[in-house]
Amino acid sequence: MAHSGPMTDWRKARLPVIAFLAPATIIYTVFMIYPLIDSIRLSFYATPSGGEAAFVGMDNYRTILADPDWAATFWNSFWNNMKFFAVHMLIQNPIGIALAGVLSLPRLRFRNSYRTLMIMPTMLSVVIVGFIWQLILSPVWGVGADLLDIIGLKSLFGPWLGKEGSALITLSFISVWQWVGIPLMLIYAALLAIPDDLVDAAIVDGATHFEVFWYIKLPLVLPTVAMVSILTFVGNFNAFDLIYAVKGALAGPNFSTDIMGTLFYRTFFGYQLQLGNPHLGATVASLMFLIILAGVLFYLFAVQRRLARYQL
Amino acid sequence: MSFKNIRREDASRAVIVHGILLTYTLVALYPIFLVVINAFKTRKGIFRDPMGLPNAETFSLDGFTKVLAKSNFEVFFYNSFMVTIITIAIVLLLAAMAAWALSEYKFPGNTVLALYLAIGIMVPIRLGSVSILNLIVDLGLVNTLTALVLVYVAQGLPLAIFILTEFMHQIPKDLKEAARCDGVGEFKIFFAVILPLIRPAVATVAVFTMIPIWNDLWFPLILAPGDGKQTITLGVQQFIGQYVTDWNAVLASLSLAIIPILILYLIFSRQLIRGLTSGAVK
Repeated sequence: MAHSGPMTDWRKARLPVIAFLAPATIIYTVFMIYPLIDSIRLSFYATPSGGEAAFVGMDNYRTILADPDWAATFWNSFWNNMKFFAVHMLIQNPIGIALAGVLSLPRLRFRNSYRTLMIMPTMLSVVIVGFIWQLILSPVWGVGADLLDIIGLKSLFGPWLGKEGSALITLSFISVWQWVGIPLMLIYAALLAIPDDLVDAAIVDGATHFEVFWYIKLPLVLPTVAMVSILTFVGNFNAFDLIYAVKGALAGPNFSTDIMGTLFYRTFFGYQLQLGNPHLGATVASLMFLIILAGVLFYLFAVQRRLARYQL
Repeated sequence: MSFKNIRREDASRAVIVHGILLTYTLVALYPIFLVVINAFKTRKGIFRDPMGLPNAETFSLDGFTKVLAKSNFEVFFYNSFMVTIITIAIVLLLAAMAAWALSEYKFPGNTVLALYLAIGIMVPIRLGSVSILNLIVDLGLVNTLTALVLVYVAQGLPLAIFILTEFMHQIPKDLKEAARCDGVGEFKIFFAVILPLIRPAVATVAVFTMIPIWNDLWFPLILAPGDGKQTITLGVQQFIGQYVTDWNAVLASLSLAIIPILILYLIFSRQLIRGLTSGAVK
């Protein structure tokens, strides 16, 4: 942010300044900040059957993290979520960066058309994307096997979404297919902002386009890569729609696709014979909040600071 | 290296570059294309020749007829449309006002307030769902579109304020000073001078606000799941859950959900990218 600060002294215009700020601040506080804080408060309470809500300290956290049944479910969803995130970091972001690099090559024809079309899946609802892939991967339809046949890999096809060992990875790839547009867009925008003379000088000295990308452009856009990573982290640990649409709230088979979002939903609303529990739900949400907060703080203090010095 | 060689090298490089880009474009679009073409086929056509275009023999609108007869698709559309449009209008106005105050006036706590309003960019509003539901119950707004609008406005404001504040810093000082010298009031400066100037940023903000709302499943599911109040995403999810074995109907309902958003995207994509590349989001 290279601009100067605000210019006009507000004492000349107290009423307008308050009137400009109040509506946004109030709605945001009431419907976003208050619920986030109140959720944390609720996680320290419990409602005994037929009774009033009472303060129980850390009991709910002890239940989720130490009760044998709950802890197994919680850590299962946590590690599944980590795998889900790892696939995005290892597959989605490198593909997005590579495509952005190709797309930002000088004198490329049809640049805008490619960009518009490649980002299209990102604009669709996660639910719709889940159903699209559920149909394509369905052994009943068989179009997935036909597509693999084109590249000679038909023998690999299987009911991936239905198997305990492959369902989570398959869902992660579906999510990657949808969200590649985000790193692609943001890193492409960052690459365009690099001054031409830096690149031209290297080209004149005989560097190839790949060398220019790897040694000059990529180090310069590392802050954007870091930002994309933290956005991926927050998005992944907040994900729900895809698993719910394809696998339902039970995140089958046998909870192998259960992530924090689906666990939160089940705990809050209940499923089958288990009743929903708002206090335990709030506890799961607070734990998700802590995980996301840890990620964001790590980004702000460990990553962003170290990278800032590369910025132009 | 002779001139001819450079030419040849350029040509082979172009083949590789376009090969990569075309392959990925195909990967991104083919699944969508497959669903849309099969929505226009008979059941036989869907299973016998899934990759073929609908022809005289396989063309059928059965799926669409069924979807429109068995569900309230018009209602889902109307609900999603109203929620999205009203939310965008409110977010744009309130965010522009707040962004203007933050970027224009020196007052104590300016930076703190800007940071406070930015928390929501990183912290997902879903984590407050338990309390949001309590709040909506207390307000008597369960199963209303108003509940969704209120939550979505709160969700959309942080990023909108951030983008618009950055944008407002670029407005030339002379414009404001000229208006002030003429004795124009602060409200009038905002509504008559500033609001018209931020039009280029409006498209970017509108798209960033619209996409997550239109596509959301979570809040419609917990705040307004009742009959007649479903948004398109929830409606499609419930419809497909019910008619999962009816391939024509499933493919048609997916196409009905996909096509409008793709048309809107193609119309707005240029503004969206321009907003991004002009440095509105860093």
